[in-house]
Amino acid sequence: MLDVITLFLFSIIVYNIPLLYGTAGEIMIEKSGSLNLGVEGTMAIGAVAGYLIGMRSGSLLVACLVSFAASGLVGLLFAFLTVTLQANQNVTGLTITTFGVAFYYFIGNAVSNSDAKWPALGGSRLDAQFQPIEIPLLSKIPVIGKVLFSHSILIYLGIIIAVVMWFYFEKTNPGLKLRAIGENPGAADSLGVNITLYKYVHIIIGSGIMGIGGLYMALNMGGTFEGSNCWINGYGWISIALVIFANWSPAKAILGTLIFGFFNTLRVQNAPLATAFPATLGWLTKIPAQFFSALPFIITLIVLILSSVRKNNNSNEPSAIGRNYYREDR
Amino acid sequence: MRKLVSLVLTAAFAVTSCLSLAGCSGNPAATTAAATTKAGESAQESKKPDESVPATASIKVGAIYINSQNDTAGYTFAHHKGITEGMKQLGLDPSKDLYIVDNVPEDDEKVKQAIDQLAGDGCNIIFGISFGYINAMEEKAAEYPDIIFSHATGYKSNDKNFNNYFGRIYQARYLSGIAAGYKSLALKNDNIGYVSAWGVEYAETCSGINAFALGARSVNPNAKIFVYEISTWGDQEKERQAAQVLIDTYKCCVIGQHCDSAQPQIVANEKGVFGCGYNSDMTKEAPKAHLTAAVWNWSAYYATAIKAAMTDKGSFMQSVGNYYQGLSAGLVDVSALSENCEPETAEAIKIARELMTSGKWDVFSGVKLVFSGKAGAVAVEQKSDALKTNKGEEKVAAGGASVGDDVIQGSMNYYVDGVTQVN
Repeated sequence: MLDVITLFLFSIIVYNIPLLYGTAGEIMIEKSGSLNLGVEGTMAIGAVAGYLIGMRSGSLLVACLVSFAASGLVGLLFAFLTVTLQANQNVTGLTITTFGVAFYYFIGNAVSNSDAKWPALGGSRLDAQFQPIEIPLLSKIPVIGKVLFSHSILIYLGIIIAVVMWFYFEKTNPGLKLRAIGENPGAADSLGVNITLYKYVHIIIGSGIMGIGGLYMALNMGGTFEGSNCWINGYGWISIALVIFANWSPAKAILGTLIFGFFNTLRVQNAPLATAFPATLGWLTKIPAQFFSALPFIITLIVLILSSVRKNNNSNEPSAIGRNYYREDR
Repeated sequence: MRKLVSLVLTAAFAVTSCLSLAGCSGNPAATTAAATTKAGESAQESKKPDESVPATASIKVGAIYINSQNDTAGYTFAHHKGITEGMKQLGLDPSKDLYIVDNVPEDDEKVKQAIDQLAGDGCNIIFGISFGYINAMEEKAAEYPDIIFSHATGYKSNDKNFNNYFGRIYQARYLSGIAAGYKSLALKNDNIGYVSAWGVEYAETCSGINAFALGARSVNPNAKIFVYEISTWGDQEKERQAAQVLIDTYKCCVIGQHCDSAQPQIVANEKGVFGCGYNSDMTKEAPKAHLTAAVWNWSAYYATAIKAAMTDKGSFMQSVGNYYQGLSAGLVDVSALSENCEPETAEAIKIARELMTSGKWDVFSGVKLVFSGKAGAVAVEQKSDALKTNKGEEKVAAGGASVGDDVIQGSMNYYVDGVTQVN
């Protein structure tokens, strides 16, 4: 009975942490006043680039850096198009998603059909470095030890990134300037903040963070490439919704990831729960599987409706989001 | 300034969208290859491996796929491989004579468009590989009486130019069940897991589970099969989590599967248990875990069908008809046994295979195989024993003949004794 609960809670974290990477990266970009709908594609590019080069080098650090760099390049493209060339942000983001996912299939098919073949993760050096790290003593606590203290290093990294980002926004001077750009770029400009530089830097870093999330998904899925199945599988889109759910706070994004992860895990693991607790949760098996599959998206919809209803002073949505800043228009 | 900016922008979008389209558009094999075929190749082509095909016969083969022809694993991959290999056996050049429309969803309008396109290309025979193409193919078979329509996994046909084809994959699953049974005996753990796309809703999945269970229990009579239904043909994350639940919560020591990806095997590999894959030899994905996989060899059918269409199209429904073959025709099999298998496995599988290919015995009958003995001296006993459901209902009396093909293909909606669905 206890192991059912342990596995359930453990799965919430293991399968949904990529959402935190995607959400945190997107928050950073949106704080600079840009709306990037290309999360899905950015993550896909980071995943495939980081995985392939990481496997070649046998180092998780190299894999992370390559993912960050590859997705950062996609961010640079987005920044160039929207900041320098003043392209429509929505269309650019959608283009990046289409491009990124197609790039994933393109590279994947090319490598799979080549003589080199697609590299298998199982037993590789990269796999060994990705394995869970059992924190001494703490990981021995029943239930909590497994759920919180025996994870891959990339899970801890995701949480650290979210916390550091929260600190950066709330407590540092550049963070304050960034928020000012998102709220009112004209005012920030008149105070001498280099808008273009700030936007470029944060769009690139935010995209890079998404890329590490993509790499995590690749590794967590055992690194297999199958022609019609993308690792990212819609997580990029959910991340965009989670940004609103988290009210543009990286700290709340951790909470949002866990709540969303709960429903996402319920989708698969409702049966063991019902079997373990027939009296209280037996009714779970009477609900059709299709409803559980739709549940995470129904929750997303409800969150979006609720957050637009309560749109008032509490919302931290950057006021200038989605609009390009063009100095001569002031 | 603004005009310049928007000009540059338009150009930038054009470039990016072109790139992304290039990434996803299927490579039309026929058009590209026609130009690259060298004159010298035609001399080799005249040496047809199959001499019974008239040298003058030419054919254009059409295929409609549910996923991409560039897939490297899974359902579409298996069929694409089967068609190209079948054509090569007949001395045809798939890069020239094969026309493909891929990524066609199970939507009547889209399927009809694909058929029209292939008919316009001049195809003489059109294969549709997904179940949901059934109605569109039936309708178009009436519209194009000169083209042969061949539909996988369906149940409809006519008496002139429309057949369906499928195979006795349950026979291969029985064999892989034997491998699982020996493993569970050796590990002294009777719990065997099975990640299945669907349960009793489809006879295809249900007969596969039952055959796997009967195979496992022919070796280990106490084996219990725990089925986890994921309610979709393919979702890597669900497949993965289902396997994890079976191993962690139900303490299964072998994981069988009927779903698209290799995730259940990969999880078994990570968790140090064993597994039986499906569709392709998954030993490369799970080197320490994989025992053997139930696999299709679709070229056995495609070669037969294309040859019949080349020689005498008019009698296709007499010579090929609705096709339902198994181990004996080489349409299904198990992949090479890996080193993870117990030593007795190969002998027992050989015995069971011979019983099935000779037609002396089949899986869903009132006779059960009971294997005993150590490696080198594996013996089988054919025991009269009723085929019972897991609710105790008798389906075939002890000693009785196998259930009909219509049951295996269409109406089987029960689990046999020893199977438990956990969700």
